[in-house]
Amino acid sequence: MKNAYKIVTLAAAIGLSGPALASLAYVSNEKDNTLSVIDTETNEVVDTIDVGARPRGILLSRDYTKLYICASDDDTVQVLDLATRKITDTLPSGEDPEQFALHPNNRHLYIANEDDAIVTVVDVETKDVLAQIDVGVEPEGMAVSPDGKWAVNTSETSSMLHWINTETFEIEKNTVVGQRPRHVEFTKDSKIAWASAEIGGTVHIFDVDTIEEIKQIDFRIKGVPQDRVQPVGIELTSDGKYAFVALGPSNHVAVVDAQTYEVLDYLLVGARVWQLDLDKDEKFLYTTNGVSSDVSVIDVEELKVIKSIKVGRFPWGVVIDPTS
Amino acid sequence: MDLKGRLLIASVFCGWLLAPTSAVALDVTIGYIHWVPDQGPVLSNVTPEPEDAGLRGAELGIADNNATGKFLDQNYALESVMASDEEGALAALDDMLKNGIDLLVTRVPADTLRAMAKKADGKALLFNAGASDDNLRISECRPNVLHTIPSYAMLTDALAQWLSMRRWKEVFLITGPTDQDKAWADAFRRASKRFGLDIIADKPWTFDSDLRRTASKELPAFTQARDYDAVVVADVRGDFGEYVPFNTWLPRPVVGTQGMGPEAWHRVVEAWGAAQLQNRFRELAGREMNSEDYAAWAAIRSIGTTVTGISEAGHSNIREYLFSDDFQLAAFKGRKLNYRPWNGQLRQPIPLVHPRGLVATPPLEGFLHPDSELDTLGYDRPESDCRIN
Repeated sequence: MKNAYKIVTLAAAIGLSGPALASLAYVSNEKDNTLSVIDTETNEVVDTIDVGARPRGILLSRDYTKLYICASDDDTVQVLDLATRKITDTLPSGEDPEQFALHPNNRHLYIANEDDAIVTVVDVETKDVLAQIDVGVEPEGMAVSPDGKWAVNTSETSSMLHWINTETFEIEKNTVVGQRPRHVEFTKDSKIAWASAEIGGTVHIFDVDTIEEIKQIDFRIKGVPQDRVQPVGIELTSDGKYAFVALGPSNHVAVVDAQTYEVLDYLLVGARVWQLDLDKDEKFLYTTNGVSSDVSVIDVEELKVIKSIKVGRFPWGVVIDPTS
Repeated sequence: MDLKGRLLIASVFCGWLLAPTSAVALDVTIGYIHWVPDQGPVLSNVTPEPEDAGLRGAELGIADNNATGKFLDQNYALESVMASDEEGALAALDDMLKNGIDLLVTRVPADTLRAMAKKADGKALLFNAGASDDNLRISECRPNVLHTIPSYAMLTDALAQWLSMRRWKEVFLITGPTDQDKAWADAFRRASKRFGLDIIADKPWTFDSDLRRTASKELPAFTQARDYDAVVVADVRGDFGEYVPFNTWLPRPVVGTQGMGPEAWHRVVEAWGAAQLQNRFRELAGREMNSEDYAAWAAIRSIGTTVTGISEAGHSNIREYLFSDDFQLAAFKGRKLNYRPWNGQLRQPIPLVHPRGLVATPPLEGFLHPDSELDTLGYDRPESDCRIN
């Protein structure tokens, strides 16, 4: 039955000259100014879309009709219409946008402006800048809790998480973590936040109610010098079983038990693994590998790398459209 | 949300806001003393070194520290003196010590630094952001002096590692006449032994003609030899070295202080977030960041990172933390940096650059070390007589 379905989608994909029907992954290629579109059924690149300069952070609108792209060197956020694969609009983003996060209200976009030490909040419908919030040096990671209460920004050189109240747009608390915090990921119930520290080599687990650190995870990979183990992207399975942590130039992804915080395994992927995303069934995990310019596909059940897919130069972000 | 909920949350927030302020508000003043002796006239004066190299890096370090400090009620200030002679530099130190400044960044020659270290003994911690002399790291260490500028040995080890990796092992060395040139060349000779290079010709630069006119005539003859893989130039102040590339007897690359060579920092470094540091610096100074700027910046960020970590100032507290396992400096070189406990040198990767591009960033893969790959660059613990801790 499943095979029959596959054939149908394939046939549909071949029959249509426009976008295919299979589940699609979008990858931003930082040094090619393009997005690669990967068909996750065949794990092949089916399209390459020209976008603005130095695309890094990418995310999907809550209704999965648009893709927002941080075009860092164009100082703008571009809006890509997924049906036509055309850039239809740009948003005022402040300078050098790198990462961003969309509030569950599907309107408030929180953008980290790396060169300006601010977080800009934009209403994506009206394009109004709702707030600019002073944060530490080199704001980088951005996350909004699924319940919409918190926006968390990481400032790399200040080594802090800034906890922003999404009602007042004010910082309520600053927590110091390891050097060069990169990325924050909330659990689905908004109770726990995971934050990676690239140079510190650590992941910090926060209890969101108290905003206190409850656990620090360290990583050790046999045969890899400790200072090459640099956590960046984090992805959590929605069943609460696993966390996957991209470990940068160690070229490994750590598999962490999301309940006990114990590191279960290290999977060898491409060079300088950066960000990662799960497909719609959470059966496969896709990682961007900047230096080897490819995407690794990990089988989540087997915890094995099954394929690498050549994309553009310096792939940075990856998101998978669960509805496609 | 109902009113009760709001009030509850408001009171919790107040608790958070009070926490950092009820801890101690800290004011940290850092001194910066700059004295660079006149380098004398040089043949190649196309791109003179900026006179404020070092100072502007220190200023950026203070700005970065304050951007972090404002969330923790920690304020940083810089007191800088650009001295015109050694007496002026030493007098500036006396004044700063008198005013209670106990953290200083210096961009002064090795002799001046020795005198300063003596004066500041027990009173202040100095960060050397100017003198690369190896003696300061192997025999004349001081417990109160740390080094953020790489030593000549670190620079030349990085270059030799790369030459060895490329298997360009036979080199022609040209050394200029200044003490610095000789120190750089001595370091390179040591590096060539460590990494299995063969110096097939080792010639001092003795010409005093104006090479802008005659480089193409003089240099081919000067670099005649049976064969070599590369020419290595030791010309620290940039006198004749710029004229060596493309004028060698054999068609070979030129490396060292000119051509392609090791630097603590250079505008072509952009990976690991360095592009952001370069942008911030350019905005502040209106020019590109160089090695001296980077060394001063790294010193002040070391202090800032420490104060963030321990919420205290004071040179002895800071020194203790700097040498502890907790200290790690994120400094845009792709790894955490820390200080060698035996001689106070900041461990760091060394970019190998040519004017418009990055070639490699030693330590290179395959050069192993039992503790830290970074210790394949410069004098390792067993090679140094220093034990400052």
